This record gives sequence, C-alpha cells and structure tokens, in this order.
Amino acid sequence: MFNKKITLTLFIYLTLLLLIVPDRAYAMHIMEGFLSPGWCGLWYLLTLPFFILGLVAIKKTVTNDPKLKMLLVFAGAFAFTLSALKIPSVTGSCSHPTGVGLGAILFGPAVMAVLGSIVLLFQALLLAHGGITTLGANAFSMAVAGPFVAYGVYKICRLLGAKLWLAVFLGAVLGDLATYLTTSLQLSLAFPDAAGGVAASFAKFASIFAVTQFPLAVSEGLLTVLVFNLMSVYSKSDLIQLEVIPDEVGIK
Amino acid sequence: MNKKIMVNVLLLILTVTLAVFPLVYARDADFGGADGKAEEVIAEINSQYRPWFSPIWEPPSGEIESLLFVLQGAVGTGFICYYFGYLKGKKKPERD
Repeated sequence: MFNKKITLTLFIYLTLLLLIVPDRAYAMHIMEGFLSPGWCGLWYLLTLPFFILGLVAIKKTVTNDPKLKMLLVFAGAFAFTLSALKIPSVTGSCSHPTGVGLGAILFGPAVMAVLGSIVLLFQALLLAHGGITTLGANAFSMAVAGPFVAYGVYKICRLLGAKLWLAVFLGAVLGDLATYLTTSLQLSLAFPDAAGGVAASFAKFASIFAVTQFPLAVSEGLLTVLVFNLMSVYSKSDLIQLEVIPDEVGIK
Repeated sequence: MNKKIMVNVLLLILTVTLAVFPLVYARDADFGGADGKAEEVIAEINSQYRPWFSPIWEPPSGEIESLLFVLQGAVGTGFICYYFGYLKGKKKPERD
C-alpha cells in the first residue's frame, strides 16, 4: 500500500516534470578534450581508489565462488549492451542508459567501477564517444556514482521493507539518473556560469542532462527488473548466494 | 509460471513504448546524438574554451560508427542470451 502510493506519486510528479521541460537537450558522456587537464587528473584520481576496490572485490567474488564468474561477465555484458542503445527521449534528442545498476545490486557497487570503466574505454577508443582524457570523469559518474547510488537506494528500499522488484527498479532508475547528474556537476564545476557560478551552471546542465535521461532511466529500471525476474526463475541459487534473496523464501 | 511470462512481456512492451513515445511526442525534433551538441552549451557559458585534446581515432563515417555500436550491442546481447540459454538448459533436468 505504502509502496504503491509512493510509486504513483513519483510517477505523476515525474510525468508532470517531463511535460514542462525545454525541448532540446543533449546528454551523454563528457567529450574528449572538454575538461581541462587539472579536472581530468582530479577525476582520474578520485576514480582510482574505487577501481582498485573493484579489482579486489572481483578477485574475492571469483575466488570465493568461481561459479559466479559467468554472472559477473553477464553484469558487464548488460552494461555493454545498454550503453550501445541510443534511445530517443521526450526532449527530442537521444541518450543511452548505463546498465550499471544490475551489477551494483548483485555484486556491490565497487565491482561496477571496473566493469563500467571497461565499457567507457571501449567507447572512448573505438567510437570517439566520451574520451581518454575525460575517462576518469566519465568513469566517476557512470562507474562510481551511478552504481553507488543504485546500490544505496536498493539497500535502503529493502531495509524499509520494499518488495524486491521495487527496490531493484528504484535502484536502477536513480543510479542511472545519478550518473547524468554527476556529469552535470562535473561540467558545471569546470564551466561555472559567469553570473551565477557553479550553481547556475549546474541548473543549466542538469535541466538538460537529467530530463533527457529520465525516460531512459525508467527503461533501464524496467529491463533490470526483467533480468531479476528471469534470474529468480533460472538462477535462484545465485541470488541466494549473493544474499539478494533470503534462502528458502520465494520472491514476488 | 504464465503470470511471470506475462509480467516480463509487459515490461518489454513498456520499455518499447517509452522509446517510441518521444518519436510521436517530439515529432519535429532532430533526435541528434548528444556529443557534438553539448559543445554549444559549453560555448554559451565559456566562449573562450577550446578542447585541448582530440580523439585519437574517430569512426570515419556514420556507417562505421553505427557498425561499431551494433557490434557492441550484439556482443553484449550475445552473451546475455548465451547466459540465459545456459541457465535454462541447466535447469531442465531438475524439472524432469
């Protein structure tokens, strides 16, 4: 009952939000050369500890249970696929989901710092999408901030007694949005508005980036729930192993 | 079991709807890829800024770029389907 009300309120609020947005927007990773060397270095440094934590976490997961290796690759493949899908949005431009929420919820957020960075590296090198100099910043938004928010939201929802599907859905949606809000923040820090400073700049970037992203974030949420539904049928033991669902209790 | 399949089909339909709706809603938009256009926003704020680094390699044409994007999606999807196929196959003996 409680869940339903919140979902409905959120849905109505965000639908209204969509109806009043400006009709042009651009949203994706920060382009090559568009952050000054100082900012590039800073974001690389900020991402690095999470990347190392991620390597440790992956090693631990794989050593503890080699059977989970495939699921780990699966989480990477999910992010890989979703990042390739440039989907039209209500603002009249295209963006793509990130797909990092799934892995964050399954394995914890640190793991996605590695998997997400690999996806970004591929796109930067082969597609000139994002960039090498801005890889640190893009990794921080998509492979660190997104997964951590996804994981946090998911955990809090579960603690509050939300059903699995709702926790997964909200985690994936908000993780996706968090990625692009972080991108907006990074751009506004690097390009503060002459009059209003970082805040004005952030408002400008965020209204553009986050709104385009919203329907895509919802799509990502739906697809992540779909994957969880399939997993609960075909690989329940993995979900129990990862403590996503308690032993002996069915999920709804 | 049937109900679960229904839910999943519904999730897919919703996802497709979310992608198709903008094409109708924002009929006249150009649906451009974002990267190049973000420059305009930055130029608006700081017209002095010049990118200090260019991509090492860029796909020579839109066709090549879409090829690489499709490749990325196909490789990912390939593994996803392999994984679920593997799980389904593994689960079958348990059911029989």
